[in-house]
Amino acid sequence: MQTKISVQTVEFDVGEETRALGRVSSQVGAITSFTGLVRDINEQAGVSGLFLEHYPGMTEKQIAEIIAEAALRWQLQAVTVIHRIGALQPTDPIVFVGVASLHRGDAFNACEYIIDFLKTRATFWKKEQTAAGPRWLTTRDSDVESAKTWQ
Amino acid sequence: MVKLIFFASIREDLGVSAAEEAVDGATTVAELVQVLGLRYGSLWTEVLSRENILIAVNQAMAGLQHPIVPGDEVAFFPPVTGG
Repeated sequence: MQTKISVQTVEFDVGEETRALGRVSSQVGAITSFTGLVRDINEQAGVSGLFLEHYPGMTEKQIAEIIAEAALRWQLQAVTVIHRIGALQPTDPIVFVGVASLHRGDAFNACEYIIDFLKTRATFWKKEQTAAGPRWLTTRDSDVESAKTWQ
Repeated sequence: MVKLIFFASIREDLGVSAAEEAVDGATTVAELVQVLGLRYGSLWTEVLSRENILIAVNQAMAGLQHPIVPGDEVAFFPPVTGG
């Protein structure tokens, strides 16, 4: 299995990342991907931007662990995870998870598994800029519940 | 000495992002928190004892009873909010 993990400030190109997954092997029959975007509404309305930070080194290691767990459950040819850090605006793409597999079932399941655990385990933190001032986000209960369904 | 790293709200509340600190005989994370509280005051005790604080030792998640030895990297941070 080929993996690509990148924590970066620059925007990623979903089309290029998806095509790259398809070039990994002529065995690949299915590619699924998830792209997360910054919204202008979260727990409060009027989010004008986000600032994201991470724990360099540990974050990449955690993402590699989550991908390795997915590869034990499903047959995967290639996985790409890209997560942006720094200042982001509403509508900016923030995270990309792409999975290439022989068949769609494995690709769909692994993609959802990876984003669910990335949200609850990987060391990233979001600070929202709102009209009322900046505030650190807290973990969503719904994200924790989503991850628990895989246990 | 251990290397301490603080992230997000923990860093802002302490006003420190990283530090090299003597362990003064502390052998676990919990003992290290006690030592730091004695050294820097009640703000540190309050912030580092928060119910939802997360700890990593050498970039792996750890509990308060996790052993520490000189040279370790010990990080404190709030629950994660990526994705």
